[in-house]
Amino acid sequence: MNVLSDLLFWAVFAGGLFALRQQRIFWPLLALALLLLFNNLFTPYFFNLEIRNGYLYGSRIDILNQGAKVMLVSLGMTLVIATGGVDLSVGAVMALAGAVAARLMVVDGHGFTTAFFGAIFVALLCGAWNGALVAYLGIQPIIATLILMVAGRGIAQLVSDGQIINFADPTMVFLGNGHLLGLPFTLTIVLALLAATWMLTRRTALGLFIEAVGDNPTASRYSGVNARLVTFLAYLFTGLCSGLAGLVAASNIKSADANHAGLYLELDAILAVVVGGTALTGGRFYLVGSLVGALLIQTLTTTMYARNVSADIAPMPKALVIIAVCLLQSEKARRYLSRFTRRPATPPALPSPAVAPSVIASPAQP
Amino acid sequence: MKKLFPLLALAAAAITFTTGCGKKADPGTGTTDADGKKKLTVGFSQIGAESAWRTANTQSIKDEAAKRSINLVFSDAQQKQENQIKALRSFVAQGVDVIAFSPVVETGWEPVLQEIKQAGIPVILSDRAVDVSDPSLFATFIGADFIEEGKKAGNWLAEKTGGKATIVELSGTPGAAPALNRKKGFEQAIADKPDMKIIKSQSGDFTRAKGKEVMEAFLRSPEAKSITALYAHNDDMALGAIQAIEEAGLQPGKDILIVSVDGVKAAFEAMKAGKLNCTVECNPLIGGQVMDLAEKLAAKQEVPRRVFSQEGIFDQSKAEAELPNRKY
Repeated sequence: MNVLSDLLFWAVFAGGLFALRQQRIFWPLLALALLLLFNNLFTPYFFNLEIRNGYLYGSRIDILNQGAKVMLVSLGMTLVIATGGVDLSVGAVMALAGAVAARLMVVDGHGFTTAFFGAIFVALLCGAWNGALVAYLGIQPIIATLILMVAGRGIAQLVSDGQIINFADPTMVFLGNGHLLGLPFTLTIVLALLAATWMLTRRTALGLFIEAVGDNPTASRYSGVNARLVTFLAYLFTGLCSGLAGLVAASNIKSADANHAGLYLELDAILAVVVGGTALTGGRFYLVGSLVGALLIQTLTTTMYARNVSADIAPMPKALVIIAVCLLQSEKARRYLSRFTRRPATPPALPSPAVAPSVIASPAQP
Repeated sequence: MKKLFPLLALAAAAITFTTGCGKKADPGTGTTDADGKKKLTVGFSQIGAESAWRTANTQSIKDEAAKRSINLVFSDAQQKQENQIKALRSFVAQGVDVIAFSPVVETGWEPVLQEIKQAGIPVILSDRAVDVSDPSLFATFIGADFIEEGKKAGNWLAEKTGGKATIVELSGTPGAAPALNRKKGFEQAIADKPDMKIIKSQSGDFTRAKGKEVMEAFLRSPEAKSITALYAHNDDMALGAIQAIEEAGLQPGKDILIVSVDGVKAAFEAMKAGKLNCTVECNPLIGGQVMDLAEKLAAKQEVPRRVFSQEGIFDQSKAEAELPNRKY
């Protein structure tokens, strides 16, 4: 049974890889496939999948569930990075959103709806603050978002009174622990947000505008794009994503832990985006690539647990894998390596992000 | 490429900017109280506010300082050693009378402690020890005996299970004194019990989210069905693990016995609900003892090198009676 489902899994995965061999997403997906294959062969029980209490249960499900936070944040981060910026405050905004929701429910006695929208409102405010600083006051993104990165967690502590607030509201708990069709509900949230983001950026001109601004803000302004508004919206949207991720994180442990929620998550999110193929210099962006990047990071973490690698040395193998993925993605490194194998690199070279041609002329990629 | 340089420059500027912030605290030395007596100034560098335990510890120190009208310069290191070293240096620059701190990790303190020693300021280590070759670098260490805590947890489990258990361990932040010593004490306690074995041990970073995530991974392993007990280095990780165990369709406290350390309020609530079996108390309310030591040191009196805080052990039978007394 398990062998059959494994074979099916690999058939689908290999088919997907083959279909996407021309795309930029091929490389992170290949890395993910190799890592999973390694686990399938050498980590006992990693590919075990069973049904308990009517839900699917196994390490791969854990990866999807635990990876949801980084996936949510990385969607927003992708757009911000595509505008040529970066948002360091996402982890702090997560902590703040969780704290606000928990406080509204437990201390002030409000229901789920008020808590949910209250938290999302605060997260949007944070996004608007970042966006205003970057887009309208022209402050460098690293500095502008550093303010909230440092201060946001402090505000969160203030909101939660320095305590871990426990809550039991069933709807709130469902967000991070519930199931839909046997799969964790967090996955539904991620897919819904991906669909919304994809529609917004690929079915309207917004995605093209974002890439244009990231590629060359001056040129895009001269061609009539409201560059400031586009940048502002990207940060606002990241605020929303971080808020959702914060609610999921809090819901997952049924408590708001202002000090730890989303700690260092900004780094994972940036890494996920870069691994997914979006260049830090801005321009072209790859939403699904970022999700694959986030899954890759979570798979690494789960692998370390499953193989019982001590936490002291776990960063080492993780770093090695990340370096390998980055090298795989680098066209120069691939060309250099192919010199030794004497065969040309299989996928035809895509434009390297560092020298991406102006996207204004090219149509937005679906 | 040309975009990268200004970014780096700004990142550097950002670091300078945050460093600068740590230094503008009011030095407050030389202030006097109503009697014209010079007020004692104590610099305290806290690890952070990672748990209810830590918050209670912070509160106890702040309350006690206010009660005795001691001038407290408080700094939160947010779990980072570099922040803490910065804070300690700023205490020296401000010329405080006594420095107290809870080190984030055990190692790497020699240079900054040397600077403090040269400035002639006595140092109190609060609740966590440091690993230094020169014992004169600090005056005294007050806090729980982490090895003893681990032993208590191990002994309780040995007694409860009759010396037969397959144990998984959620350890604390790698390198932190409580993580190292609670592990050591527990292992010592079960060393002579051949049927008690720790089959898996992973760091849960002392947090609920990681505790849950790691426990999930334990429950997916081939050995999952044989696990009969969980030893967590703090209550928060145990509370996270309880959720993972429930989600796996098992009963925490029955299918898997759980023993943890700290004794926070939420742990007592979990014990009352039958989901946690035992917690070894690690008392955070040591503000009074810390300030006693600070006053003695400032008055150049002798203090013992090692001061222990008072601690108990609670299982489900005592949980309900004790719950109302829990402040944190």
